[in-house]
Amino acid sequence: MFDSLSGRLERLGASLRSRGRLSDADLAEALAEVRSALLEADVELSVVRAFLDAVAERVRGENVSQSLTPGQHVIKAVHEQLVEVLGGSALKVTYASRPPTVVLLAGLQGAGKTTTAAKLAAWFKQQGRQPYLVGTDLQRPAAVEQLRVLAAQIGVEVYSDNSDPVTVARTGVAEALRLGRDVVIIDTAGRLAIDEALMAEVRAISAATSPHYTFLVIDAVTGQDAVHTARAFHESLELSGVVVTKLDYDARGGAVLSARGVVGRPVVFASTGEKLADFDLFHPDRMASRILGMGDIMSLIEQAERSMDPEAMAESAQRMMSGAFTLDDFMAQLNQIRKMGSLGGLMRLMPGMTRDMREAAKNVDDGQLNKIEAIIRSMTRHERRDPSIIDGSRRSRIARGSGSSVTAVNQLLKQFDQMKKMMKQMGSGSTPQLPGAMGKMAQMAARGAAARGESLPAGFEALASGMKSGAPTAAPAGGAKGKKKKGGRVTPPKQR
Amino acid sequence: MIVVWIVLALVVVVIALALVMRSRRRRATVGAAPAPRAAMPEVLVTQVAPRPEIDDSPGLDRRLASSRTIFDRVRTITSVGALTKEQLDVVEEVLLRSDVGVRTTSALLEELRSHGAPAGVASAIRESLMSSLSGDRSVRTSADEGRVPVWLFVGVNGVGKTTTIGKLAWRETQAGRSVVLAAGDTFRAAAADQLQLWADRTGADIVRADEGADPGSVIHDALGRAQARHADLVLADTAGRRANSTNLLDELAKIRRVADRGPGQVVETFMVLDATTGQNALSQAQEFLAAAHVTGIVLTKLDGTARGGIVVAIERELGIPVKFVGVGERAMDLLAFEPIAFVDSLLSA
Repeated sequence: MFDSLSGRLERLGASLRSRGRLSDADLAEALAEVRSALLEADVELSVVRAFLDAVAERVRGENVSQSLTPGQHVIKAVHEQLVEVLGGSALKVTYASRPPTVVLLAGLQGAGKTTTAAKLAAWFKQQGRQPYLVGTDLQRPAAVEQLRVLAAQIGVEVYSDNSDPVTVARTGVAEALRLGRDVVIIDTAGRLAIDEALMAEVRAISAATSPHYTFLVIDAVTGQDAVHTARAFHESLELSGVVVTKLDYDARGGAVLSARGVVGRPVVFASTGEKLADFDLFHPDRMASRILGMGDIMSLIEQAERSMDPEAMAESAQRMMSGAFTLDDFMAQLNQIRKMGSLGGLMRLMPGMTRDMREAAKNVDDGQLNKIEAIIRSMTRHERRDPSIIDGSRRSRIARGSGSSVTAVNQLLKQFDQMKKMMKQMGSGSTPQLPGAMGKMAQMAARGAAARGESLPAGFEALASGMKSGAPTAAPAGGAKGKKKKGGRVTPPKQR
Repeated sequence: MIVVWIVLALVVVVIALALVMRSRRRRATVGAAPAPRAAMPEVLVTQVAPRPEIDDSPGLDRRLASSRTIFDRVRTITSVGALTKEQLDVVEEVLLRSDVGVRTTSALLEELRSHGAPAGVASAIRESLMSSLSGDRSVRTSADEGRVPVWLFVGVNGVGKTTTIGKLAWRETQAGRSVVLAAGDTFRAAAADQLQLWADRTGADIVRADEGADPGSVIHDALGRAQARHADLVLADTAGRRANSTNLLDELAKIRRVADRGPGQVVETFMVLDATTGQNALSQAQEFLAAAHVTGIVLTKLDGTARGGIVVAIERELGIPVKFVGVGERAMDLLAFEPIAFVDSLLSA
């Protein structure tokens, strides 16, 4: 989301790097750049000013370190301030001593409350809780219906009736208690902060259910108005935090900073895609790193942890490094990856990615993955194990069977082959501790970070050291070569 | 086939992650005796911290308070002729706060600086804003002989496309036209139900299909029905989509092609835009313009505190005029766009 901001800061860094000491004029120029970058990212004007003041103070207050160029110094100050603004007083979600824990969602029309309610329920379910959804949006046609459809996908029940929002909320909580559910998520109708009647209604819902958490759901592409909305809802409801949606939309997301700046409440959850899995706790420090283009390997690890079978993966990793990697393994992993969420979202988290690669990844969708899968599925078992037997006539058969072209089949085979060779080389080659390309990627990222004068994101080092201990333990698993143990059988709830 | 590379790269990373996780797990199991998974305790944490007071960081508060009056200040600048730096700053702030955007604001300021303000600042800004909003706002309701006119609605998620269609259906049926609604949003859960309710309310005809159906086929069917029943207008809904995904935009381009062939003729493509949207609206407009030949904007949710100033930038840079504005939830809360009223609301409030 903050792509353009990080890009600008990088360019800014480049222009300042060539100069000697940071004069007042340079600082002013740098801050002007930061200002328009923030404004273009939709950060609210007062928040921008407060932010710039704080950055200026940081830059002036600190001793200029010998190892940093003036440009890096400014970037560092911006980074620190971002972490502070985004991260101060983070909220840890705890549960009520007397269940159910009640969560109330409020926000403008179209911010994504209903989808967020379902995603939040899925999240709680993953935490081992038994969520229950209450739909009080009796206003928008078919809103409750939308909630029911989404809830059915994650296997959560919904309560709603046709009385009135306050009664529905009260009855819903009582019903959750009766059913022994321990988390209740109340979805409310979208409303404008200046609509007195509707704000009174949501206050009444809040009074009737005394929620433990009240979250404002806010759209990441909101402009200057974000502060008015956040402030008005905060005054009415005493927000405990903010859920930001549609973070995958674009380079903006200034609304996050604005809302954070004006209500002083943390952003708790972030939604980054259309899939129900594209939702997680908001991590300010990681976001700050992402703003500056450093990737976010910790989030990636967590997403992986939730959705894959590490034993099966380690086994095929072993085969990969020994050169016995087959198209079957490839398919199994493809399915694992699909379970983790959208490709574009995953790519954004990877460190060491170039802008072009990210751009390309944005446009990869399930359709294209389906195509790859179709090609592989159109091969016989023999062919999948040993692609080298695929001759001209087999190729055209595969192309016909998968509804693609011979060129596409060729390309897939060629690239698979290259990749396989590369992996084998790396598996036995120069960086024995790090599995192949990952090692290279780590080096790339390290170089990039060094060039920027930043230390590696903490998570990355953890990963690198984790790998060192991980690779040797994987070695004995090599004996299990021929055994086929496929992960990735479970397909995520179908959405599109 | 860069896709393959990306997938392979991810495969490598994911495998690496698997190794990390496995080693972590190993370490955990080797070290400690296998701790039995504790049953979920009744009480995890009681609400420890009392709910904190409303945070009123004084500096910010004062700043915000001052921002409310700044709109008045621009009107009180009565000086004539060249503008001082302070005056330009006030104008800049007003424009930025209305989401007009950095680039357009600087351009407008440049105009002000060079032209001066012979009749006062307020009227000078109004004039340059008005000249930015000079596009053709007529709405086409008729197609070529024998073809059915189609209005296509595009936009990102949650801007109010379906509601806008409902309101326009009401408006058009009130005007005596027979309308067919095409429930082309087959992705969002219950979107068709929502449109169905509008159809029931307005008496418009509706063509819908199951969730997950091909939107193109829904629109195709709607065209068939419209032709058979000699309807005057087809309003075609589409699923909300990110404007930065080529695939979703390609799909949209395809939908438009379907709507524009055979009996159908797309006479208007409306991009529905939420007034609270900030600078992202510009890239939305750019992408939708390229993919679906947007001919007009419907600016929704203008009844809130948001000013929707970004449409000035959109019209200046891309030449897409705003044609309707949404100002409430009732069927009649959709109005033709009035540049003068809009500019005044940007500068006042």
